This record gives sequence, structure tokens and C-alpha cells, in this order.
Amino acid sequence: MSNQDTRPICLLIGALGGEGGGVLADWITEAATAEGYPVQRTSVPGVAQRTGATTYYIEILPTKWSALGDRQPVFALFPNPGTLDLVVATEILEAGRAMERGFVTPDRTTLIASTHRIFAIAEKSVPADGRYDSEKIVAAAQELARQPILFDIDGLTRTKRVSLNAVLLGMIAGSGVLPFSESVYQDAVRRAGKAVDENLSGFAVGLAAVRSPPQTVPATEKRHTTQASPLMAQAQTALPPALHATAAEALPRLTQFQNKAYAERWIARAASLATAEQQAGLGPGAVTTEAARHLAVWMSFEDIIRVADVKSRGTRRDLVMHDVGATPGQVVRVTEFLKPGIPEWADMLPPGLGRRLRDWAARRGSTMNIGLRIRSDTVLGFLTLTMLARLRWWRPRTLRFAEENADIDAWLAALKSAMAKDAALTREIGELPRLRKGYGETRSRGVGKYTQVMAEIVAPWLAGTPPSDAATRLKKLRLQALSDADDGKFAALLRDTIGNTTSDTVKTAAE
Amino acid sequence: MAERSFKKEVEALRLGAGDTFHGEGILAVTKALLEAGVSYVGGYQGAPVSHMMDVLEDAQPILDELGVHYEGNASEAAAAAMLGASINYPMRGAVTWKSTVGTNVASDALSNLASAGVKGGALIILGEDYGDGASIIQERTHAFAMKSQMWLLDPRPNLPTIVRMVEKGFELSEASSTPVMLELRIRACHVHGSFSTRDNVSPAISRNNVLENADFDFERICLPPSTYVQERLKIDVRMPAAIAYVRDQKLNEVFDGDLEDLGIIMQGGMYNSVMRSLSQLGLADAFGKSRIPLYVLNVTYPLVPDEISGFCAGKRAVLIVEEGQPDYLEQAIHAVLRRADVNTKLHGKDVLPMAGEYTGEVMLRGIAKFAGLVGHATAAFAATGKTIDDLDKIKSRAREILGHAVPARPPGFCVGCPERPVFSAMKLAKKELGEFHVSSDIGCHTFSTLAPFNIGNTVLGYGLSLASSTAIGPNFGKRVVSVMGDGGLWHNGLTSGVAESVFNKNDGVLIVMDNGYTSATGAQHIPSSRSAERDDSHTRVSIEDTMRGFGVKWVRTVRTYSIEKMMDTLKEAMTTKETGLKVIVAAGEGMLAVQRRLKPLNRAKIARGGRVVQPRFGVDAEVCTGDHSCIRLSGCPSLTIKPNPDPLRDDPVAHVDNSCVGCGVCGEVSHAAVLCPSFYKAEIVHNPTILDRVLFGVRRTIISALRRLGGAPVAPAPAE
Repeated sequence: MSNQDTRPICLLIGALGGEGGGVLADWITEAATAEGYPVQRTSVPGVAQRTGATTYYIEILPTKWSALGDRQPVFALFPNPGTLDLVVATEILEAGRAMERGFVTPDRTTLIASTHRIFAIAEKSVPADGRYDSEKIVAAAQELARQPILFDIDGLTRTKRVSLNAVLLGMIAGSGVLPFSESVYQDAVRRAGKAVDENLSGFAVGLAAVRSPPQTVPATEKRHTTQASPLMAQAQTALPPALHATAAEALPRLTQFQNKAYAERWIARAASLATAEQQAGLGPGAVTTEAARHLAVWMSFEDIIRVADVKSRGTRRDLVMHDVGATPGQVVRVTEFLKPGIPEWADMLPPGLGRRLRDWAARRGSTMNIGLRIRSDTVLGFLTLTMLARLRWWRPRTLRFAEENADIDAWLAALKSAMAKDAALTREIGELPRLRKGYGETRSRGVGKYTQVMAEIVAPWLAGTPPSDAATRLKKLRLQALSDADDGKFAALLRDTIGNTTSDTVKTAAE
Repeated sequence: MAERSFKKEVEALRLGAGDTFHGEGILAVTKALLEAGVSYVGGYQGAPVSHMMDVLEDAQPILDELGVHYEGNASEAAAAAMLGASINYPMRGAVTWKSTVGTNVASDALSNLASAGVKGGALIILGEDYGDGASIIQERTHAFAMKSQMWLLDPRPNLPTIVRMVEKGFELSEASSTPVMLELRIRACHVHGSFSTRDNVSPAISRNNVLENADFDFERICLPPSTYVQERLKIDVRMPAAIAYVRDQKLNEVFDGDLEDLGIIMQGGMYNSVMRSLSQLGLADAFGKSRIPLYVLNVTYPLVPDEISGFCAGKRAVLIVEEGQPDYLEQAIHAVLRRADVNTKLHGKDVLPMAGEYTGEVMLRGIAKFAGLVGHATAAFAATGKTIDDLDKIKSRAREILGHAVPARPPGFCVGCPERPVFSAMKLAKKELGEFHVSSDIGCHTFSTLAPFNIGNTVLGYGLSLASSTAIGPNFGKRVVSVMGDGGLWHNGLTSGVAESVFNKNDGVLIVMDNGYTSATGAQHIPSSRSAERDDSHTRVSIEDTMRGFGVKWVRTVRTYSIEKMMDTLKEAMTTKETGLKVIVAAGEGMLAVQRRLKPLNRAKIARGGRVVQPRFGVDAEVCTGDHSCIRLSGCPSLTIKPNPDPLRDDPVAHVDNSCVGCGVCGEVSHAAVLCPSFYKAEIVHNPTILDRVLFGVRRTIISALRRLGGAPVAPAPAE
């Protein structure tokens, strides 16, 4: 081989701290050394060692030392875009990052990436849904990589109980980019001497995945309920077909939450929306499908009774066991962290009494929350929760029930009134209940924002003529409230939205 | 023992003549020090040379055999001062730290050392952390070399060259009576390669062969008239001696090329990147054969003027590849050529960026630009334009498909970190107390300034948080809170902060993170270390006792994971009528470290049939409304999100993944913040005792019976 044609094989591993990327790089370096190939590796460990992005960079000259004579290869310490033969990403976002930097090119790069997600702090701290759309990264990989090898490696490691870096090593072997046979990799793992058997089976899993890709059925994370019932039949008669799927979820949920009559109330409310929709000349379900879904969530609001119910159900134990990875039959103790305060107890009282108690607490400036650690696996703990859950009969007499249902009725009225004016605006008003989420202070801030938007924006608009870009503005306001926990920015945008409206009624409302 | 053990790797330090060493750059440097016959070594940890300290500590038996003294220095200043041993005595010594921050701290001693001059070779191994991923302010070590007149080595980043420059560095130091700095960039510190070893050398003066007589030489003391004598020596003797040595020993390297009218002058550390870019542009092969002649400065200070003018003479244009700013080398080379009346056109910062790390892409674009300026007509440069065009196309296509930038993954606190709950408590306390100024420090806790906490208004340097609050405190309506790690405290915070505040009767609040070792640099031990595996020779100084000894009256030690207690203590410190410094010692070892230690023990215990309770946290997806306020108060990597299993809801729900170490912060946060009832703690009891089993069985039976009896609501079976 002449000097001119020889160039190193360049390999970049993008990992997160603590994922074993260093060990993976060691195995590869060791394999190359054992085979007599010149190799160099370097790394930039993430700052905090565990959470930051960490990269390893390896170069291997595909000509053995024995054939080089006195020639010494010069290896780079940085990956140059356009020169990479193999990019490995332990998580799909890191693959995206590599592509952003031009490290994946159609002429030579094999991209091995796990499609699972480890969410970045910017994605998970958003009050609603801040997840990056990783489908875009998959699309980019399909187009930009010479050979895209994409798998949910995290899923593989969990089902096969092997470690991620060993699976990746198997995939690297399977990709055929490096000039080593299987046994060379396996020997490197053996020589490293740590968890050899486990890592060899991980290697086999990775190799098999690349050689004969498993037929994966996309796992649906949502659970769906489909049970025929008289209630469902009732809903099918009263509601347009577009709402039937939602009804199938909503009816058992609300029956469980309260009773059959309460579920029927949902049907009636949804039906009245559907009728108004039809009268306004909108297509069946155009506004109502989403609104009915939000209605069902709202109607099953999170009061103490519901929380106690969820935590004391017969199926709960299995959910916990599954979540914490306990095997059936294992002894598992469960402690619940509850801290109700005066507002939560006031919610449970009749409206008059509840309001007085709440006002008193507000004047006092303290909500007197009491931290409870309830062992729900003990008889006493279970009894506490189940007694609370069995207060359902009392719920319709409570302040919380009265307030939520009054707000629901006001919202339904606003929706119907908006249908005649602006379909897009109606859809946006339909989304507003999403602002009401959380518990305690989080909830009161969310409800506060909802109330402000309804009173200071929606009501004046509906009383007069909404501006032509009403829907866009309302959406902006909702996204602000849901994208950022910073109340200041929301307040500023709210003022801005009020101020920008020319209608006199709006100005009056703002004052 | 630090976080990473080098017990296995240090065996490579025993290799003898003709053996081949395989390993990491920083370990190779250590081996080279032993081959050079050092009498003493020391330093202060900091990436990327923390591992060198770990290696030295783990190499104690080998050092003992050779009689080499190892000192884990209290700070870089202490490390630099230790080099004073080489002023009077012909002993070789080496210390290491992170530059430029460590060099700043060391400057006082370095100035004195450089002025007094050395008899024995004095070498400083500097780990450079420059670039967009750096955790320190961006400055150049080069300035220190120039101002104190110390020599600066910047070897080509391959093991044989690095090792050779260690050896030559000592010789240069002795030939010119001047301390020498050897800088290694982060990737060079971590580079794995090989070199051919020599035997270790037992130093002539060592712990095994001690000195008998103290040397007195007033000319080595910084008092007049010696001070000016030393200044004259630098100019008249040491500098010329150094230049002569660099020239005679050919420490800088010239590589010929056929495009003789061009040239590239570079810092040694840039060599491999330059070669790769040249090869990508079709101007070099993979074995160091470049078409453009190269002059590689393994010594960047002092420069050798006649070498430079000799290289440039007759060339049309020369590119200077010099990372960082100001462009000291470019300016100096301009001056050299002007004095020598050489008219070669110089390029440098006009085609390469003035500041920032010279990554592969930066280098590629810079050299292509240089090629564009000088080589239009030449066939040799045919490939350069296309290479850059292709790169632009790929990157813009990637941006197009990805839509918007992939979210950044900033560093954060580890799973179960003991510092996280302190900031959760502080964030909650701020809701009641209002905004107050937080004076931050260097360490993992600086991550509090990032999402989700965004706490910390100023960072002035290691151990300096309290000192940096002293003029804010008296001018601020509320007390100022300073956060300091135990590492920073022992480094200098105890004197610059605590003693100063007590002396000046300052009325501030100091939180000391006492987790038992330095964290950010890899769990090195400090005077207050107390972890179970420590050997007894160390001191385990109590921070609380130290504070009282320094005259602090108000000291509280709070378990770091107790958020409510922490919050209450902080509120008390902020509002108490008691004046003077108030110190809260936030004590607690990181749960991840604890779990790492316990995991193998527990695994063995479980295998033996012993009872082990393994705690973990979880979230009831049906109770969680997806507002993620828990995440904004924690940021724990194990507290994440997952798609909402509820078909009627949109937003992802909180979820605790398998990396949870059960530190308890989730429960603490949801209680302290009155967040939500979604969290639960599950304790899996491995190998339960008979009592456990009976109790468990009885409970389940009664609960099932109650459920049937009461006709308790049974959920519609979720289709899992």
C-alpha cells in the first residue's frame, strides 16, 4: 500500500458520562493493539463526569506495524468533519449533535446510534412538553449516513440484561468498519477481565442485532380501554363518531372517579358542544374532539379523594413493582409522600365553610401543610388511603367540586359562544384547561393564569369582535405559560396581549 | 484512593530500558519524570492533570523504592513553593496543576522561583483547559512564561515527543538555571499511545540519600541588591543559555516539503491537527510527509530568532498556527523577521480565529483559507475549495433536516449528589426570603448557576466565594450567602474568607459543602476527608471545629439531604439578630459514591442470603399532572420524563429511571416544596427475614380482605 492511499480509520464515540464509553474505547484500542495495528485514542470527558456529553476519539491505521517499516503514522486528536468512518452515539441526541457538526457524511460514515432518549434538562424542566422531536434525527441519519444502524439499544439492554457498551461493541463488529474478526473483539473483552461473561453476551446481542435486525413492533406507550357497556352505547348514540374513541376512555375514568351519573354528565356536556358545533357550521368534531378530551381530564380533577384512590387501588402494587424493577413475590415496602394543607382540606368542605377556612388561612399567611409519610403497604396506611378514597359520595358537596364544575360550565359557554365567531379561536380556548395542572402552589398559579386569560382576554373578545389574529395570540399566551415556569414573562405577554387589543371592551376589562 | 484507581496502570512505571509503554499521556509523563531522576513530585488536582495526582498517589510503593518524595500540595501556590527545593540544591523536581487558574494561584512563588533561579531542574506540568468545553476562564499560559521568564514547552502531542521533552525540559532548566513549564492540552493528557522506555533513575539526593549541609547564597534571596542581580542574570545569562540549548539540542523541528516558497510555523501541540487538515486537503500523507515545509515549535518561549528567519527566508508566505490570544508568537515572529530584514508575508490570525480552541474543523478551514490566499494557481491546492464546499453543504443539510439546534447537554449534579438538595433548599428559601445575592465558588457546586437552579451571582475563583462577598454584604439589604466546597475551603477559603470575615466582623452566611473529598476533580482526599475506606494516617479534621477555632460563633452542621432542615437553618441564618459570620456545614457524602462502595458489598451480602433493603423512588403516573415542578427543583439525572400513559393527556409525566440511588431528595423536595403527592419510596427487601415475610403476608392478606369486604373500587384493568 502506498503512502498516498493509506489513511486512518476514524471513529468517534459520543456518550454521556457514566455510560461506559471509556471502556468501549478501551476494548477497541486493545483489539487494534493486539492485532498489530497502529492505534491512538483520546477523550474529552464531560465536565461533571456523569451528566455532560463525553466524547472518545480513536484512529486506527489499517496497515499493520509489521508492514510499515520505519514509517510512523501521525494521528489526529480531533475528529475532522468529512473524515469519519464510524460514529457511535449512545443516545439519539448525540447522533444529532454529531450530524450538526458535519461528522456524518454520506460518502463514508457508518452511524451506530441508540434511538432511546435520555432527556436533557432543557427538555424535561418545561412545564408541559419540551421534548425534542428525535424523529428528525432519525430522518437526518437515514439521509446523511452511508450506513445508518439505529436501534433502541437501551431496550435491548433491559430485555437481555446486558450493558450498553458491550452491545455497541457487538454492533461495531457487525458493521464491518474495522478490520477485526469477531474473536478479536471477544479476546479484547476477555483480556480487560471485567464482567467478561456478561459483556460477551452483550457483544453477541449487538452482533446479532446488526446481522439479523429484530422485527420490532413500535411499542405503544399509551394504554387504551375498549369495553362495551350500556354507557358506551349511550355515548355512541349521543355523540358524533369522531368522539367515540375519547368516550371509550372518558366514561370508565369518570365512573371510577365519581359514578355513572357523572359519566353521563360528560356525555351531555360533550353532546351540547357537538350540537353547537353543528349549528355553527363546523365539521363534526372539528373543535369538539379535542375539547371533549380536555373536558374528561378536567372533570376527573386531582383532589385528595382521587389521589388516595389511585394509591390504594388493587392494581397499584403491580405498577410499583414494575416501576422499581421488583420481581413478583418480593417484599416491597412503599412510602407515600403527602403534604396536604388548609387549601386541600378546605377543598373537601362544603363551599361556604371551605371558602371561610381558605380565606382565614390566606389572612394568616400560612397553609399549615402537614407532611405525611404513609406506608401504603401496611394495614393502617391502606385503611387511611382507602377511607379517603371512599369519600367519593361526599365529593359533589365539596368546594372543589363546585368550583371546578362552575369553571367547566363557564368554559363550555365560552366555547359555544366562540364557535359562531372564530373556529380557530374556539380550538385555542379548548386548549386552555391545560394551564390548570399540578398541586398546591403550582396548581394555584396555573389556575390563576387560566382565570386571568379567560377573564381578561377571552371574555372581552367574545363580548365584542375578536381580533383577526385572536387564535394566534391566545396560542402564544398558552405556549408561554406552558413553556416556561417564569411567571414574569407570562404576565408581560398577558399585558401585551391586552394592550394590543383595540376593542374598547378589552381596555375596560384590563383596567 | 480517588474515584478512579490506577493501581494496575502504575505497574507500567516499572518498565525498564527497551520496554514499550502503552497508556495515557499523563501516565507517560509520570514515567518520564522517574526516568529523569526526580527527587520530589507534587501538585494540585484539576482536569486534565487530576489523573497525574491520582497516579502519583497510587504509585507510592514505586516512589518509595526510588526515594522520590510525593507531596499532595494544599494549593498550586504550595506546589510552586515546593520547587524552591531546587534553588539551592541540585535536585530535580516536578509539580503539576491546571492552567491558567492554577498558574494564577502559583504566581507569587513562581515569580520568586524564576527570579532566584534553580540549580536542579524544575519542571511544571500544566494541564491546559482551553476551548468551548472548558470549565475555566480562557487565558494563555504564555503570558506567565514571558513575564516571569520561565521557559514554555509545547510538545507535539505524541508520547515519544512528550516524553523526550520532559527529559530535555530538565536539562534546559539546568542549562539556563530557569524553571520550565510543559503544557499539555486536554486531549494530549488523555491520549493513549506508546513509547520505548528507559530505566528509572534513583535521584542522587533523595529520601534514601539525604543532604547534610544547608546551602546559603544571598544572591538567591529577593532583597536588594540581589533582586536586580537576578534580573540582570535573566537577560545576560539565562536567556542566551536557553536559546543556545534549544538550538543545539534541536528541540524545535523542521520538516521539509516540496512547496518551498511556503511554510507553516506552529506550536508543537498543533502539529497533529495541522497534519490531518493538510492530509484532508491533499497536501500531506498519513505519515507526516507534508508538501508545505513545517517549523514546529516544541519550545514556544523563548523563540530562537535565527531559526525563524532561516526558515522564513526565501518564502513567499508563512502561516502561523497559534492557539489563543493575544497573538504573542505572531507578533514576536513579525519582529524577528523585521530585525532580520526578511520580507516573507505572514498569515495567522487573519485566516484562523483570534480566540477559541483550534478544533479539527477550525484548523481545516484556516488552512484552506491560507491555501486560498497563496495558492490559487497551483495544482496542489485543487482539492481545498471542494473540501470546504462539501463540508458547508453537509452541515447546512443537517441543519435543514434537524430544524433547530439539538438541545445542549450541560453538566449537572450527579445522581444522588449531596449538593443538589442544598440548592433545592435555597431555591425554596428564596420564595420566602426574596432574592438574595449568592456568591459562588469553583467546584461542582458552580453547576448551581445552570438550569434548573440558576443560583449564584458571582464566581471569583477557587475558595474565594466568601472573600468576594465582602463588599456586597454591607451594601445589600439582605445578608449575602456564599457557597464554598470543602476543597476550596482548604485551598485558601479558610484564610481569605473565614479568617478575614471574622476579623472584619462581617455579617454574612457561608455554606460549606462537606462531602468528604474534592468532587469535580475526581474525589481526591483533603484534610477533612473521612470516608470509610481511608487509611488512618490521615487527619479527618472537623470543619465545624475548625470554624469554631477560627472564631466563628454561629455554626450549624446540617445533613445535606434534609431539605426542610436546611431551609429552616438557612432562613435562621439569614434572619437571626446574631451578627458575625454564620456558617452552615452541609455534611453528607454523595449517595452515588456511597452506593458504589456498598453495591458490591450488598451484592455479596444478598448472595450470602443476608437481608438488604434497597430504596428507590418512583412516581405515580396517574397522579402526576406533567407540570415538572419537581424537576425544576431537583434536576437529578434519574428524575426524568416519559410519555404520558394516559390516552387523554398530552404532557409527559415525571419518571424515576433505573439510575436512582435512593438518596431521598425526591421525597424531601416534594415535602419541602409542598409539590405533589406523586412520589413514593419503594424499599425492596432482599432476603427478608421470617418476620418480614410473615408481616408482609399478613398485611397483604388483611388488605385483600378489606378490599373485598369494602367492595373497594377496583380499577379497570389497564391493558399493559
